[in-house]
Amino acid sequence: MKSPPCSITPMHELAICESVLRQVLAVAASQNVRSVARITLRIGPLAGVEPDLVRLAFPIVAAGTACADATLDIEVAPVEVRCQVCDATSSVRPNRLLCATCGTWRVRLISGDEMLLTSIEVMDAPRTSQMEWIPNGVH
Amino acid sequence: MCDVCGCASGADHFHIADVSAAGRASTPVAFVKTARQVEVMQSLLHGNDHQAAHNRAHFGAAGVLVVNLMSSPGAGKTSLLEATISRLNGRLSVAVIEGDLETENDAIRVRAAGAQAVQITTGNACHLDANMVHAALHRLDLRPVDVLFIENVGNLVCPAGFDLGQHRNVVLLSVTEGDDKPEKYPVMFRAADLVTMTKLDLLEAVGDFDPGKAARHLQEIGGTAPVLLVSARGGAGLDAWIDWLDAEVNACRANTLAHPGPHAHAAAAHA
Repeated sequence: MKSPPCSITPMHELAICESVLRQVLAVAASQNVRSVARITLRIGPLAGVEPDLVRLAFPIVAAGTACADATLDIEVAPVEVRCQVCDATSSVRPNRLLCATCGTWRVRLISGDEMLLTSIEVMDAPRTSQMEWIPNGVH
Repeated sequence: MCDVCGCASGADHFHIADVSAAGRASTPVAFVKTARQVEVMQSLLHGNDHQAAHNRAHFGAAGVLVVNLMSSPGAGKTSLLEATISRLNGRLSVAVIEGDLETENDAIRVRAAGAQAVQITTGNACHLDANMVHAALHRLDLRPVDVLFIENVGNLVCPAGFDLGQHRNVVLLSVTEGDDKPEKYPVMFRAADLVTMTKLDLLEAVGDFDPGKAARHLQEIGGTAPVLLVSARGGAGLDAWIDWLDAEVNACRANTLAHPGPHAHAAAAHA
């Protein structure tokens, strides 16, 4: 049985989430942003990062920040190799990096080990000096 | 002007009609809604990679070869280091950064073997990162050092993801662990510049570990690392290991390391 996710420190996804948060908050701070609505990551199966654990850990590190309500989208990159013998491109399993056409192991990975912060969707701070709420009739 | 609330900001906002503001129930309230997309395209480990590059520049300036040792716990990393220090017998100056969750035991063993050692205890963290290594560097005198080993936390998963600034990754696979480990942990074994199959003296007793099969599994995950079979206890294979180390130290001194740094990622190859 899978153990419950009660102890989250001994996993490197937490460190990854802290890194994502720092990067997103740095972008947000440079853009006069009130909050971050969506964060999109692209993670390949050979990056050594488990998307489910990232989803689990992210709200914990993001609590109390401008990312607290952000939706985390994770695109899983396909594992693809290009054959250095026959030049074919194949989609393969992460632990079987062989050319699907000619069977050789002389291949180059062209997708599958990336881990990228691709984009964020932000809510701009109001143009007025007032904070969040602009009650009717004030302006 | 907005038709709903009468404000001057136009249609670029939305209303929450039932929010009570200062007791005025159902007074329309608006806030500006301007969601926009910002492209970033940055590695998730940007901060760590930055620190690792700084460490690597520091090692390069000091002329020190840095080797990151990774394996599961108990594969024989510290034993290999003890045997290496003893075999080098002062011909190369060795220093070691030890990573463990707790205890100073491994650093004590390395010091007893005759090398400088700094212990990092990570608490519950499952890997070393570039910042921890940087902090440890301030506790080491790198000037006389030819080769710095970083003995990572015993773990076949997490350490593979974090560049420390090393020049080479050596992954140990002990014969007691099973020859299908590369297939089970492709990320770790793909990161290797050299794979050493350790505890060779136990091969016969284990019985079902086939080094040829392990090497084939390594090939099938796209691993290009050469494989050495060694026994730190019996001494078999240690000459080949020392030869590899000598060649890397010489290349580092001559500044001709083939690819000084971690493997390029597919995403970087695309760009």
